[in-house]
Amino acid sequence: MVEKSDIRVVRCGGSKINLRPSIFSVDSRFVLCASGDSVKVYSTRTEEWLHSLQGHTNQVTGIALNPTNHLQVYSCSADGTVKLWDFIDGILIKTFVIGYPLFAICLSEKHEGIVFLHLSMATGSKNETFQLVAVHLPKSAEQEVEAKELSAVCSNISSNPSCTAFGRGVVLGEHYVIPAQVVMDAFVAFLHSHCPYCRTFTSCFGKVITQHDFSTFLVVGEFIAFARHLQLNVYFFRKQKTYSFSLKATDKKGAKNAFTCVACHPTDDCIATGHEDGKIRLWRNFDQKKEYTYSTQHWHHNAVNTLCFTPEGTHLLSGGIESVLVQWKYGAGNKKEFLPRLGGAILHISASSDGQLFCTSHSDNKLTVIESSFKVCGAIQGLVKGDDVLTDLMIDPRSKALVLNGKPGHLQFYSLLRDKHLYDLDIVQQEYIYEAGLDQFEVVKAAFDIKGSWLATVEERGQKSSDLEFFLKLWAFDEKTQSFVLNTTITAAHTDRIISMCFSSSEETTMLVTTAEDGQFKAWCQGADADTQQDQNFWSCDFVGSYHNLKPTNCSFSADSSLLAVSFQEVITIWSPETWEMLTTLCQPPGEIRDLCFGRLSCSKYLLGTTTRNLLCCWNLLTCALEWSTSVEVSKLQPDPLSENVAAFSYQSKHTDLFVFKPSEPRPLFTQKNVCSEKVHRAVFVPREEPLNNCDESSQWLNRSQLYFLTQNMLVIDDSVSVTPFYLLLGKHRQQQQKLNSTPSYSGADKPQHTQGSATIKELLHTPAHVLPAASVLCSMFVNSLLISNTGVREEMESSEQEMDSEKEEGDSEEEMEACDSQQELRAQGSVDEVMPKLSKAQEKELKRVRKTDFSWMAGLIDSKP
Amino acid sequence: MSTDLTSAMGEFKVHRVRFFDYMPSGIRALAFNRDTERIAVARVDGSVEIFHSSDRCFQEKIIPGREQCGIEGLSWVGDRLFSAGLNGGITEYDLTNQKVKYTTDAYGGPIWAITGNQQGTHLAVGCEDGTVKLFEVIEDTIQFERNLDRQKSRIISLSWHPSGSKIAAGMMDMIQIFNVETGHSIHRMLADRGVGTSRSKECVVWSVVYLTDGTIISGDSVGMVKLWDDQTGTLIKSHNVTKCDVLALSVSQDEDSLVAGTSEGTVVQFQFVSMVLGKDDKEWVRTRTFKNHTHDIRAVAEITTAVVSGGMDAQLVVRPLLDKIEVRSVASALRKIHFPHRRLVTCAKKSGLMLFQYTGHLELWRLGETEGKGVPGSSLTVKRNPEKLLHLKVKGEDHIRCSAVSPCGEWIVYSTASSLRLYRLHCDNNNVSITKISKLPKVLSSANQLCFSSDSSHLFSASTQSVHLVSLSQSGCKFVATLKPKSGSHQAIHLLAVSEDGKWLASANNDHEVHVYNLQTRKAHCTVPVYSSAVTAMGIHPTTNCLFMMHADQQMFEYSIEHKQYTDWSRMVQRKGLHHLWVERDTPCLNVMFNPQNPSHVILHDTYMFCIIDQTLPLPDNKTQFYNQLTLKSLPEEQRKAHSHAFKVCKTFKDILCVEMMSDQSLVVVERPLEDVATQLPAPIKQKKFAT
Repeated sequence: MVEKSDIRVVRCGGSKINLRPSIFSVDSRFVLCASGDSVKVYSTRTEEWLHSLQGHTNQVTGIALNPTNHLQVYSCSADGTVKLWDFIDGILIKTFVIGYPLFAICLSEKHEGIVFLHLSMATGSKNETFQLVAVHLPKSAEQEVEAKELSAVCSNISSNPSCTAFGRGVVLGEHYVIPAQVVMDAFVAFLHSHCPYCRTFTSCFGKVITQHDFSTFLVVGEFIAFARHLQLNVYFFRKQKTYSFSLKATDKKGAKNAFTCVACHPTDDCIATGHEDGKIRLWRNFDQKKEYTYSTQHWHHNAVNTLCFTPEGTHLLSGGIESVLVQWKYGAGNKKEFLPRLGGAILHISASSDGQLFCTSHSDNKLTVIESSFKVCGAIQGLVKGDDVLTDLMIDPRSKALVLNGKPGHLQFYSLLRDKHLYDLDIVQQEYIYEAGLDQFEVVKAAFDIKGSWLATVEERGQKSSDLEFFLKLWAFDEKTQSFVLNTTITAAHTDRIISMCFSSSEETTMLVTTAEDGQFKAWCQGADADTQQDQNFWSCDFVGSYHNLKPTNCSFSADSSLLAVSFQEVITIWSPETWEMLTTLCQPPGEIRDLCFGRLSCSKYLLGTTTRNLLCCWNLLTCALEWSTSVEVSKLQPDPLSENVAAFSYQSKHTDLFVFKPSEPRPLFTQKNVCSEKVHRAVFVPREEPLNNCDESSQWLNRSQLYFLTQNMLVIDDSVSVTPFYLLLGKHRQQQQKLNSTPSYSGADKPQHTQGSATIKELLHTPAHVLPAASVLCSMFVNSLLISNTGVREEMESSEQEMDSEKEEGDSEEEMEACDSQQELRAQGSVDEVMPKLSKAQEKELKRVRKTDFSWMAGLIDSKP
Repeated sequence: MSTDLTSAMGEFKVHRVRFFDYMPSGIRALAFNRDTERIAVARVDGSVEIFHSSDRCFQEKIIPGREQCGIEGLSWVGDRLFSAGLNGGITEYDLTNQKVKYTTDAYGGPIWAITGNQQGTHLAVGCEDGTVKLFEVIEDTIQFERNLDRQKSRIISLSWHPSGSKIAAGMMDMIQIFNVETGHSIHRMLADRGVGTSRSKECVVWSVVYLTDGTIISGDSVGMVKLWDDQTGTLIKSHNVTKCDVLALSVSQDEDSLVAGTSEGTVVQFQFVSMVLGKDDKEWVRTRTFKNHTHDIRAVAEITTAVVSGGMDAQLVVRPLLDKIEVRSVASALRKIHFPHRRLVTCAKKSGLMLFQYTGHLELWRLGETEGKGVPGSSLTVKRNPEKLLHLKVKGEDHIRCSAVSPCGEWIVYSTASSLRLYRLHCDNNNVSITKISKLPKVLSSANQLCFSSDSSHLFSASTQSVHLVSLSQSGCKFVATLKPKSGSHQAIHLLAVSEDGKWLASANNDHEVHVYNLQTRKAHCTVPVYSSAVTAMGIHPTTNCLFMMHADQQMFEYSIEHKQYTDWSRMVQRKGLHHLWVERDTPCLNVMFNPQNPSHVILHDTYMFCIIDQTLPLPDNKTQFYNQLTLKSLPEEQRKAHSHAFKVCKTFKDILCVEMMSDQSLVVVERPLEDVATQLPAPIKQKKFAT
């Protein structure tokens, strides 16, 4: 058989780390946060990403420290499971299957084996209501247990988990936990006894879980406060009585009183609530219908997103869109401290158990670690993703970092390999005002030249209104500072919006071409302008071209920069940049040109274009004739700069297909159906550090570079997986999964072995020592990895034992993560039309089941060794 | 200053008068008497007003002030009211006769604070010379007892411990606690001068409150409310309430709530709540903030169900505490009292003159004239501008208590606490002259209320319990008779009403009694059954001679004088009840008028509206639309009848001081827009407002 390796889609990162409040480990050394379908562990000191806890198949929606063992963490996910992890070593200890999508988790210190979960009462329907449910986690030695003893605590809570808080005793997720007053053994016994009044629920039971007399026995904390819209409800466990306090929707002064978040004081009976108009109310005496009282504080000018009491209860922290952390002194009126300019809007605040550190989550996908003295001591930045990626995905030719829109007015440089944000380049150089509805400058276009020494950016304001303002800026790379320095700002580059721009690809002269809605394209050159000083090489306009007053849409330079193609609606014009002479026009109606690119290397005589009428055309520039065309709806056309290959993403019937082809032949080299279910608009080829030499025809196109593409929610990489030994060491069970997924004829497995020694050492040397696991762990794991795996045996064993429900509940609409890392094995096919040989259903089922099997028992083995 | 002649409601020509520059005086002190439910209010001009807190905060009594008589403090001792001021005297008021009873000099320089103990035995005053003087309250007077240890600086504020054994005194930069028996200081607690302010600026302890559990609460010029322990003399807790001064403090009776008035115009409430529910470790926690004032709040009082505050913006605000209220009702609504519940304007109906009563002078104006007719709702052009005929300054230091102009416009009378003056006005075209009538009968030494008969031949002067009848003629005036009720209370008369035919006179006093006298026999005719709420306005119908009375709780009664019984209409009103929107209005009606052309119409007005009650039309029930003027307009003519009800309310005019019907069928509406009042106030403390 021919040597083959498989091509699969891997979710590579960029997911949100600000979805839920992060938590500190008890010793404050680590910060944990839910990120996509994994939990990421960061070091508080160095802000370094240590590792991820991977195993959930859907969005992780909540994490909470195990109160009985501070080295363990519970996580809940929309996939309906609660998992218990050892977060120091990154080992999955246990999985509890609940069976419903979960939305938040909270725990109590004294009551081992009970978790409180938010789950949806009626999934599927539009106005979902959520309820808080207590789940008894059964004690069993098995890896995966079903926890079916659900009891509703309160129903009809807000979908926002920050609108629910426990008072004195049990506190939500990230909060400090104080012993509850009455032990809950009675309750546990009650659940076990299956009393006729108490229902136990099984997975086949209906969706609605009725509230029943369970609270008689549940005395955790004193009360639970939950707010919804304009009503604050306080449920007292002991009295079994709910007190509700409602506010008027608006008062004369136009206040918007809806609740946005709730927090309870750790020792006093005081509930803090945040409101839409920025007020914070502190409620007291809320065990009376009438004589309750509250005081109002007002500093935020917009909704209060989060509130958090410090563990000692001396301060209250609040945050909102202003991106200012406000610390209110508890009980001292409006004495407050501010920590301004934190970046994005504050979404969550959490405090470490000793109260020395705070962690704020920001809307720009950032965590900030703040000392209690109000000094920022660390920032963990994820991939910043605004509403839209206006600039294309680009690769900085120097650093090989991915470049795209970052914070408002910035370009971010992002390391794909380490899933880490590198730095932001301030393009707009104006202060950003955090206020909804303000029209502010935004970077809309950016381009690098081939060497990475020039960067062109376009910033724009007033897209919605008629008064458009935009600037074209050119940045030179400064060797000394190793960053880009503004060289030229062109205020009126065009009279209307710039649609596209590109640099010439030749090494000698750099030239920038911009096309705009005013019907012109302009070429910009760096050079001695008569008006300016000689020694400073500013950019100026070199040529203005137009074609029948049509609107230019795209421009592209040929590989050797000898030709420039500019598309004017349905017509493509070819120009010679040397003489600025229009050489020819190409036209292939119907449909306007949407994308345009030249072939590379041996295919440089071809020009590719896509039209709005779903046509992919290829012209031969030597003959000036259409070489071939095919009818396919291409949403993104991406040429590989290092090879002849071009990747085309096509969106059809709710899923995206990927084709890779050479312009010289209309037959795709590679096709992959159903890459993801969303439309792909942004993709980029990233050159590999070292080329692979895969001989397989279908995966050859990935030898020199990898293809990354951006879906609505995350960055996805298309890659043939090469497993480094180090990876193999740290992610034990992962590696085994992958092995199982690969076909038996996976002969490329020995390939990584070549680099084993050097790579391991390299990794070891280049990873900071404090990040590495203890040497003993490494050793034992390493040795273990050399042992012959007995998975095959296990596979058989388990197949007889276990019956897995193959139908996995797909994530609910609210959560963003789709299971995109579905490891699909798709063999390259000769033709698009040919039906792919599929795994038989049974095979697939078995594979799926095996993949689900938990191998963390191995971790247990390893742990027990030293 | 202009008169817009507006044809309002299509039926009347209206003189819209806006040139009465009435300026209410700022509130300086408040005292609440829990037993009688009366709020005493002292104003900057030295006047003292008594409000009845459970009778819709009706202003029952006004004791006019004097020049140079700044009141600094008010205190109830039992049902006796004392005040003290910067002139160094302690004044007791005769509340029955609504005048000053006596003034005793304390001989300690200006007095800054006065407070009586709960036992009702002693008064303590804080003087400029640094002494706290104790006065024993004895029957009819007070007697100096002794001084407590003299301090170096002036005593700004005082508070008795409820047991009466200790006194806390707020001074410059400190608070002293005195033992009343020994007169010695027990503790001396220093108040911080504040961090942000300069060290040289003294911290004035504006207000102190001594609680039963020994906690002393102080409000100072640094903006702090501080809690002190009197056993150890130490600070327990301090709350920063404002950047400016905390000027006033008041604690509720059961000592679980405290309000602080600041110079920013906010009232901050503190509550004594348990930090852990169900446990007894209570703490004072700042809770609500009320902002109803624009200027300094000089006085606050926590009454049973509400917080009363008053300040330099001259309005008295009664802010209900909803958690203390059993049933929400009209009586428990937020009230702002801007104008006195008395008439300050009298009109000479026949000659088109108006008399404006200011504190220290009177102004006589002639109304403007206009020509032609206009569309209903339009303004008419003014032919002749209104004209100020007379500016009459009061002799002496006393302020005017009441005044009147006769319907013919020839006589002007006013009374202060000590004297009554009658003038005769000569008016030939442009020459206006007055002559003072000397030789008044002895009974006309002072009056509580004054009124002329409709033919201007007689003057009625209400003294405390009786009404004196004086006949007027070219030569002078002659005492005719004294009208006295057969029995009744000793409270002073505050309202008079005379019938058009000169046959009947009605008087109302503060005990809600209404007596009717026959002027021909000069004897008491009858007494209207006493109603629980005060009479705010009354009038005698010109044709039927029925007495129409308005009460503070917005109820209305019509009493037939001839038959000595309520009329059928009045009984029907009581049986069917009034519309809730009518009852919920929060200012009392100030005048009752009748339209001679349409005998079934009764015209009423309060501060925000005037209203015509058509007694022939059905009464509205709670389901009907009460303010239906616009709806009626939109309906065709024939349907209007079916939809109309007895109440026709006109809200075109606002901040009305007086509405009067002239004999030429035109209405005079005297407005005093609150915006104009606000512009004449001194600038408030500048506060940074968000986004400015």
